[in-house]
Amino acid sequence: MANNPMEQFKIKEIFDGPQIGPIDLSFTNSSLWMVIGSLAVIIFLGLSARGKLIPGRLQSMGEMSYEFIADMLRDTTGPEAAKWFPYVFTLFFFILFANLVGMNPYAFTTTSHIAVTAALAVFTILLVIIAGIWKNGLKWFKIFAPSGLPLIMYPIIIPIEIISFLSRPVTLAVRLFANMTAGHVMLKLFAIFIAYLVGKDALSAGMAIVPIMGTAAIVALEFLVAALQAFVFAILTCVYLNDVYHVDH
Amino acid sequence: MAAESTVSKEVEAAAAEGLPQFDVSTFASQITWLVITFGLLYLILWRFILPKLGNPIAERQHRIADDLDTASRMQREAEEAERTYERVLADAKAKAHNVAESTRTSINAEIEAEIEAADAEAMVQAEKSEAHISKIRKAALSNIDTIATDVASDIVKKFTGKAPTAAQLKKILNG
Repeated sequence: MANNPMEQFKIKEIFDGPQIGPIDLSFTNSSLWMVIGSLAVIIFLGLSARGKLIPGRLQSMGEMSYEFIADMLRDTTGPEAAKWFPYVFTLFFFILFANLVGMNPYAFTTTSHIAVTAALAVFTILLVIIAGIWKNGLKWFKIFAPSGLPLIMYPIIIPIEIISFLSRPVTLAVRLFANMTAGHVMLKLFAIFIAYLVGKDALSAGMAIVPIMGTAAIVALEFLVAALQAFVFAILTCVYLNDVYHVDH
Repeated sequence: MAAESTVSKEVEAAAAEGLPQFDVSTFASQITWLVITFGLLYLILWRFILPKLGNPIAERQHRIADDLDTASRMQREAEEAERTYERVLADAKAKAHNVAESTRTSINAEIEAEIEAADAEAMVQAEKSEAHISKIRKAALSNIDTIATDVASDIVKKFTGKAPTAAQLKKILNG
């Protein structure tokens, strides 16, 4: 293992793939861990979907996740948004498992890359815009002009609303990318520090217990962050989907 | 000190290289594979896994709702049955009361009739007996006359040695 804390984020090609216009099919370590994360989701949910009327332990876990996302979507967006459920569900589990499999030693965390998080965020926002215009026509653009304000306020409010709308994909993407990157960099720095202390002399090796305990604490924190960031991404998607259905807010 | 200098050198090298996340040349491959894996995951979850996961939940909710409906219907039926039972019981009680009442009146009437009949019978018997007694008494009284005449005749005969005539005796005894 190299002593470079950024080494873990390097993308290494595994199989060379053809380049068709902008589509680069090279299979990298990032691609491999996306496949692993998706397979983990399919195995977990596939095993838990037993279809029994009286659920076992695994089925209860699957149903709990199902109802968790369904309740979140219903409470945040409303019952009319039920057709978005598979998308929000996939989004949550894709990010959750990408974060969790990334916590394994030697694993690559696909969500620590801005390209991945930005693609997810931009795709989500594009869905909101397309669905909003599909459903409301040009009236959808009223979300930038809240009703019931004095006329003089509109020149100020409309640019603010547009900027706040456009900043949504940026914040979505940066929040997830920065959280995952920062956590992994911190873990790596602690690990490098432990290795350095152990290699220096006997007294320093004894002192290494402090960063070891720190690493254990950060690992626990990172598991929390992994779940929390998946939840935040999913619930913000629900909040933004609200704009498809409630133009007059 | 060697380790320290290696670490600082490598960190410096990393800083010089910049973050791998901002290496634009990797973006196309990352986004392509994101679209492939995310799209396939979406299709598999949407078409196969989510319906299988959600159906038992919906089915269970229907089942519970049905069971609750059945339970409330059965409760209504039970209440209905209880009301019917109470009505039938009240009817039966009223009927039994009527029967007892009518039986009592008819029996009373019968007893009265019997008593009256018995009274009449007793009256007839008493009259008959009285008539009989008075006949017997009359007969007895007439015998007394004969006996007295005989006794008087015998007494007279003893004293006088000669029997008085019947007319004489009669005259004496009656006057």
